[in-house]
Amino acid sequence: MPDSADAVLDAKGVAKRFGAVQALRDASLQVGRGQVVALMGANGAGKSTFVKILTGVLRPDSGHVKIKGRESTVASPAGARAWGLVPVYQEPSLIPDLSVADNLRLGDTAMEPFRHWVAELGLPDLQPDAMIRSLPLASLRIVDLARALAMEPDVLLLDELTAALPTDLVARVLKVVRAQADAGRSVIYVSHRFTEIAAICDRATVLRDGLTVGDLAIEPGIEERIVEMMLGGAVAAAVTEARPGRPVASGTPRLRVRGLRTGTRLTDVSFDLHKGEVLGVVALEGQGQDELFNVLAGNRRASAGTVEVDGRPKAFSHPADAIAAGLTLVPGDRAHALLMSRSVRENIAVPLIARIRNWGAVPMREEAAKVATAVETLQIDTRAQGEVRRLSGGNQQKVTIARWIANGVQTLLLFDPTRGIDIRTKRQIYALVRDLADQGAAVLFYTSELAEIRLACDRAVVIFNGRVVDVIDAAEADESTLMRAAYGLSERAPA
Amino acid sequence: MTAMTEAPSALTRLGRLMADNPLLPLTLLLFLLIGVLAVMNPAILSLFWAGNTIKIAIPLAMLAACQTLTMLTGGIDLSVGTVATITAFMTATLAPLTGVPPAIAVALACAVLVGLVNGFGVAICRVHPLIMTLGTALIATGCLLVYQRYVIATGVLIPDFLIWLGTGRSLGLPNSLALFVPFAILIIWAQRRSGFGRLLYAIGANEEAARLSGVRVWQVHLTLYTLSSLIAGVTGMLYLGQIKTASLSLALPLDLPSVAAAVIGGTSIFGGRGGYGGTILGALILTVLTTMLTLLQIPEGGRRILFGLIILAVTALFIRLTERS
Repeated sequence: MPDSADAVLDAKGVAKRFGAVQALRDASLQVGRGQVVALMGANGAGKSTFVKILTGVLRPDSGHVKIKGRESTVASPAGARAWGLVPVYQEPSLIPDLSVADNLRLGDTAMEPFRHWVAELGLPDLQPDAMIRSLPLASLRIVDLARALAMEPDVLLLDELTAALPTDLVARVLKVVRAQADAGRSVIYVSHRFTEIAAICDRATVLRDGLTVGDLAIEPGIEERIVEMMLGGAVAAAVTEARPGRPVASGTPRLRVRGLRTGTRLTDVSFDLHKGEVLGVVALEGQGQDELFNVLAGNRRASAGTVEVDGRPKAFSHPADAIAAGLTLVPGDRAHALLMSRSVRENIAVPLIARIRNWGAVPMREEAAKVATAVETLQIDTRAQGEVRRLSGGNQQKVTIARWIANGVQTLLLFDPTRGIDIRTKRQIYALVRDLADQGAAVLFYTSELAEIRLACDRAVVIFNGRVVDVIDAAEADESTLMRAAYGLSERAPA
Repeated sequence: MTAMTEAPSALTRLGRLMADNPLLPLTLLLFLLIGVLAVMNPAILSLFWAGNTIKIAIPLAMLAACQTLTMLTGGIDLSVGTVATITAFMTATLAPLTGVPPAIAVALACAVLVGLVNGFGVAICRVHPLIMTLGTALIATGCLLVYQRYVIATGVLIPDFLIWLGTGRSLGLPNSLALFVPFAILIIWAQRRSGFGRLLYAIGANEEAARLSGVRVWQVHLTLYTLSSLIAGVTGMLYLGQIKTASLSLALPLDLPSVAAAVIGGTSIFGGRGGYGGTILGALILTVLTTMLTLLQIPEGGRRILFGLIILAVTALFIRLTERS
């Protein structure tokens, strides 16, 4: 670790609380001149909060961030830029309805250095008058990066920059980033990809539960140590609660997915999901799991691959098609699923009236009975009568699940159903998922909390870079195995 | 966060009360206006006056039903005045040529056609309802002018039963209630107890969620705008019987008040909240307001300015109170 006195960027004791959640407790990061430092951490470790504080989007509750020895009092992204720190975020920060040149003008970026960097990064043909909207995502990342480089920053912060890039561009980008450091600038590199980190980084700072738990020099074999650090004590925990995995059912699977591809992120996913089975999906953020669930729910079309339900090939052009085939989605973002200004009952009953033949009189008694059963099954606390927005997060999540219970479940697609809810509700959801499977439902269960795989699933598929890289039995699915697989470290042939 | 712990101010409490139970303050406002009217001119209040007010309010309330239903989904239908005018004009001019039933059938078919075009634009081309319905209104008005030039008008015939419905009274009550009461019951029932009505709220509250729940939103929009135009067409016939003249701008002045009646009645222009009960009260409130302005004996220009200002003020106040909580 460089002496903090001569570090270009020096963050110490940074803490941040959002309501009841302590996102950061004591995070620190030192970046010296000419260094590339990787910032790593599992989901929920506080990485994005830390990045937002470093770049001036958020103010820390305590702690300090010094850039070039001076207390940085940045309170806005523009402030951070003035201090010499330029971020490139995961989502392109370009205005879609303006041309490339107009976007540059907005940010006071000179055209000449920008052109130089765009060419250097492998897009020499980029037209400055091209509309941002018309460019593919990969080009936008390059435009974003070239714009940042043209500002000649002292510290460059790259947040998951390579996630949407094809491999040839990745190689170019890594080369340019390394050259920046060799020229004496500093880079903070936020990434999940060990191969890239090994290729260009000098050190890695590891966050866990809002704490900086390690600062290591990159050397061969360091991956295992970093994974251990990210997991901390969690490896030993939760074994007692594991259930015996059931033998994999044979016969026609409820859901068979082969070679599914869409967009840039989901490239080739195949798996079988049987009746009575809970299949976990493990993936770092942005590995194609969002696209997978959207395709299965009929919310997005696949560009290649097949989906079979009970042995029959299906193609969904609307969520209604997927629902008709028994595939029902609980989306990750409750705001996409709920009618916030309507009652619990109306929320749960939407699928019952969705089709034209149900547009007539609502059978109120039958509906009330179905809703009551669903409310009881999920133990939804309906004391807060009236609008769903007045319910707690956990109860809101239960309402989104209850919607599909009310009419009987065949295949349930749960996308991170326990994110941001309390432990008691989480346990209720695990138990419910088990019950549903025992009654013959098939459940696909993506979770960002690795420990949940053992608690709720029979098997888990691990997706990395848009492909299934591993299939793990719940019995073997301890967190370090899953974490290694999720980082693409233990690639095995998928079963 | 401190604001959360403080006792809610009187204004927020009033807002919450109105959001939970919007009919109560509306009824109070209506009676307040009638009270003011009684002070201004005590002689005016009579059963006859009440019947007259109701009679005038009914076409407005029916056009406001179109606004209520479309606004529940976050839309609006600004072609209702035009559609009502077209059906009225066509009924009156075709009746001498073809007889009454075919004239009505053709007029209503035209209304449905406008509605289908609106629905197609909103549901399938995803044009904003405001633009779509204004656009079709313009086109439909043009078509009406063409029709007027090329159909040799042999005179105007207003069917007797429409006059009976529009102006007649039975037991002191206007006959138009015979149309309106079943209509209002049907709409209120449909918005609460029919799958279609519930979907209007669902789409207005969160279209994406409705879609993910398997609702094909375009089907709802297409049906909704067609229904809206059909209601406007029926209203046009009733209005014809009431006014007893066929003009090319018969129901156009009702466009803005129909929106105002729905908004005053507590239907959110952003969708998902409101109902027809409030809209009926809103239409009555606007009608009583008009009477008040007439009594003020100011020139027509000043009356219109005042009416516009009052509509804007009441609407702004009600939006402020109900959208906040």
